[in-house]
Amino acid sequence: MKMDIEKVARLARLELSGEEKKTFENQLEQILTYMEQLNRLDTTGVEPTSHAIPMVNVFREDEVKPSISREEVMEISPDQEDDHFKVPRIIE
Amino acid sequence: MDLHSLTIHQLHDLLVRKEVTSREATEALYRRIGEVDGKIKAYLMLTEVEAIRQADEVDRKLIRGEEIGDLAGIPIGLKDILCTKGILTTCGSKILGNYVPFYDGTVIRRLKEREAVFIGKLNMDEFAMGSSTENSGFQTTRNPWDLQRIPGGSSGGSAAAVAADECIAALGTDTGGSIRQPASCCGVVGLKPTYGRVSRYGLVAFASSLDQIGPITKDVEDCAILLSGISGYDPCDSTSVNIEVPDFKRCLVRDVKGVRIGIPDEYFIEGMDPDVERSAKEAIDLLKKLGAEVKAISLPHTPYAVAIYYIICTAEASSNLARYDGVKYGFRSNRYEDLMEMYGRTRAEGFGKEVKRRIILGTYVLSAGYYDAYYRKASQVRTLMRNDFEAAFEKVEVIVAPTAPTPAFRIGEKVEDPLQMYLSDILTIPVNLAGIPAISLPCGFSREGLPIGLQIMGKHFDEGMLLRVAYAFEQNTDFHLKKPPIA
Repeated sequence: MKMDIEKVARLARLELSGEEKKTFENQLEQILTYMEQLNRLDTTGVEPTSHAIPMVNVFREDEVKPSISREEVMEISPDQEDDHFKVPRIIE
Repeated sequence: MDLHSLTIHQLHDLLVRKEVTSREATEALYRRIGEVDGKIKAYLMLTEVEAIRQADEVDRKLIRGEEIGDLAGIPIGLKDILCTKGILTTCGSKILGNYVPFYDGTVIRRLKEREAVFIGKLNMDEFAMGSSTENSGFQTTRNPWDLQRIPGGSSGGSAAAVAADECIAALGTDTGGSIRQPASCCGVVGLKPTYGRVSRYGLVAFASSLDQIGPITKDVEDCAILLSGISGYDPCDSTSVNIEVPDFKRCLVRDVKGVRIGIPDEYFIEGMDPDVERSAKEAIDLLKKLGAEVKAISLPHTPYAVAIYYIICTAEASSNLARYDGVKYGFRSNRYEDLMEMYGRTRAEGFGKEVKRRIILGTYVLSAGYYDAYYRKASQVRTLMRNDFEAAFEKVEVIVAPTAPTPAFRIGEKVEDPLQMYLSDILTIPVNLAGIPAISLPCGFSREGLPIGLQIMGKHFDEGMLLRVAYAFEQNTDFHLKKPPIA
């Protein structure tokens, strides 16, 4: 299986160097070929497992409780202004 | 007596008898780290001031004549994937190189309540992705038995530190074998609990449906003590299971008479090191001699484990790691003009090679048009693998096999070939996919003198049975008493 690595990297918001693209393309092709062995198995009608232990939704009472302090959160952010995270302009 | 070489239960006895103080033990460990960690490189950071303060507090309690618990005053090392309030938590990654959490993970909170002493943060493969610590963003940890070899991974720092007596015990995490394989490589005990037994709150997520925190210790008794200390329901983790936690120490009965043990033929794979195969078979013979009933069983979907795992774990990782965008915390690149460039370069500069490879693979298998062929298919085969275990556990209480196909390999041996690296996890991955618990403990040495691990797998929430079988084996052998040459 050939992967369009440029497109996948864009989806993942990950800039890759030319060399990385080349190496990954080769390695991932080899890995994907290895994974094709799963197609030898007939899984018609088999329920997929997303959690190994049966899980149910967990609910709690909707009570007001103290949350993390804004100062502590902002303190470790890379860039901030007036209690907001600062990022490059998004809307032109 | 070397204080650094004690186990949890030995040190606890000395503390209670007032023959040693927690401060003396803690200081002895920092001296030991000073002597050997230049070679081993297990620690990313030491927290000496806070550790001494924690130790003194326990010592004051003892002077006042108060009773203390099993873990009070015991120096413990933490894999750097566990969030520690006010203490750098890097997860082995440059992208979290400056991350200081403002909260403690649940296991950290539990151990603080039990007054354990935290020595420092231990090295690991970046985001727990790896089997050797060679993927750490900071350093490669060395195996104390042979400095040219890997300590295993991803909890390689934890296993090496325990083996080299740089802490009394440690915590690791296991997504596809990351506690058991390094424990096997370093000749120590490591246990991956049942999925849901230990809270994942404050554990930096890699693959959320597989990750579990567990103990890495010098013997089985310590493993039981530390597991009791971290287990239990937590409302902060919606996958944590509300089920009673037994006192695991009471499971150590030194008797396996009548216990049915299954041996899966599929785990003795082609290419397995002959010393590993021999040691495992000798271990099985010993269990039989001790009264266990040994049966051949079959886990027919074992050969598909690596393929399933590297679809599911990369898919979950690509989604979990989307949060590292340079906005809220962690590293941000300074070479950008617009938002897309900020994301792309922050991630390009912050993540290492293996993490990038897995993000790309995971993004691909989840992308439109490929989801059914990969993710859905893998999740279906995961069901078949779970069914294999369910059927086997109708006939036996535990399943026994080697932990890894080979002893520790050489540093650099597999870095250029990711598929070969992935295949080294083949015997540990099925346990995570099925959510069952498993333990690895020393069962022999290779001709070169490298440790070999025996893996015991059990039913959901039956860690007690694993510990019982492991303890009986350990108490009739002396592999766990042998120290690496660095000691």
